[in-house]
Amino acid sequence: MRTLYLALLLAPAVSFGADAPPKVSAQQFVNLQQGNSAFPGFRRAHAKGICISGEFRVNGQLADYSQASLFKAGSTPFIGRLSIAGNNPTAPDLKAPVRSMALSFASSRTEQWRLAMNTPPVMAVADPHTFYQQIQAIQAGPAAIKQFFADHPESDEFRAWAAQYQPSGSFAAETYHSINAFYLVNTDGKQQAVRWAMRPTVAVPATESDRDNALQQEIAARIAAGEVVFDWVFTLADPSDDETNPTKAWPDNRQQITAGQLVLTGTTPQLEGDCHAINFDPLVLPVGVKATADPILRARSAAYAESYRRRAKEQLQGALEGSNNE
Amino acid sequence: MSNSDRFSLSMRLFHWGMAALVLSMVAAGLLMVTSLQPWQLTLLNIHKAFGVMAILLVTARLINRLRHEPPALPHELADWQKTVAKASHWLLYILLFAMPVSGYLMQYFAGRPVDVFGWFRLPAALQVDIHYYALFRELHGWLAVVLIGLIALHIGAALHHHFIRKDDVLKSML
Repeated sequence: MRTLYLALLLAPAVSFGADAPPKVSAQQFVNLQQGNSAFPGFRRAHAKGICISGEFRVNGQLADYSQASLFKAGSTPFIGRLSIAGNNPTAPDLKAPVRSMALSFASSRTEQWRLAMNTPPVMAVADPHTFYQQIQAIQAGPAAIKQFFADHPESDEFRAWAAQYQPSGSFAAETYHSINAFYLVNTDGKQQAVRWAMRPTVAVPATESDRDNALQQEIAARIAAGEVVFDWVFTLADPSDDETNPTKAWPDNRQQITAGQLVLTGTTPQLEGDCHAINFDPLVLPVGVKATADPILRARSAAYAESYRRRAKEQLQGALEGSNNE
Repeated sequence: MSNSDRFSLSMRLFHWGMAALVLSMVAAGLLMVTSLQPWQLTLLNIHKAFGVMAILLVTARLINRLRHEPPALPHELADWQKTVAKASHWLLYILLFAMPVSGYLMQYFAGRPVDVFGWFRLPAALQVDIHYYALFRELHGWLAVVLIGLIALHIGAALHHHFIRKDDVLKSML
């Protein structure tokens, strides 16, 4: 009994010592993301994107789960951004492995909500310090990332997704996932862990193009011709699901609720649009939505703030003057 | 030491209460801008909420200060030392206002409403202004550096009075 007690007491310390990667700071993280040659005035991650605008048309089905005014009735306008992963604001759209959608709802002066979503439904790793090692491995090349995945079995679900993922020919035809889980909180104070996804309503086959701005041109033309619609679908966790682990999807049979439709009605080049000024920190939340203890989610504020501070300061110093979006 | 040689009880309470608040906020501020740990978000929210408390407290403190006469500085102090002492005290007051105001304004222009312990929220701009954000973000950081320097000078001066000059300046605040 005593041995068992001692073993239990020491187990966390031992496993912590054996597995824990070195702790990195927000500054180290953003240094790694921006690489050796930063692009002054641009985001350090997902540097290339296009501003979008539109509105969320709610159907009221989520109002019992969250007191956020967004879910009650009517429609709420948003400013958003469609982007590709990477630190280069002029990178070719079709070469990026990940596409993203970010949204900002400014419902009122005291209620704002920022969302940052990516095409993968899960992360390959469960904490920011291991994520740092993953980015190091990606930068080091195919052999290093292969070794990294072999050393990190928690990346199984991410790799399975990556193996079957077929990039579409349009930002309009991707599914964008919250990846991290959040709590919805209703007026009775009841909490429900959820993840969400923006699901496309069109299918667009992959295109061959050597144009760097293939996706931006495609989405601008598509939205100019008519509304682009996504279903905002929430997946409700069971008590048995772990809402703090971003590497594990929840089973397919979990209850899903469509909260309404996200309707994209406009695009603007990012340096001319309102989205460029916004830090899409997903921890800017309205009353009625709360952060879970997911370590990746909780690392985001500090990392986003460091990237935002750098580019804001650079822009104040005139970094983007004379820049265009080409 | 007679009563008139000592700061009033209300002034001493304000002084030590705010000393604890300011030191913990400086420590929290320095930690939260670097840490990626899960408690960072909690610390960030506490820092912002305490900032709102700080501006209420320093307002009450300033009113209290204007209504009470502090003990006179020791006669043997040189005039320039008295000037530096008084200037540094008023500069501290200015910083105690400027820190929460610049902190709030950077949140305001970044479009981030400040939540105060879930009781209420301070408003934020509906449209983000990255220039004003940058201005107040950098100002908040630089003011923090000046504040830390002034606090060090303040503590150094208090210890100098007590241990080297052996006068009653430190005791007047105890």
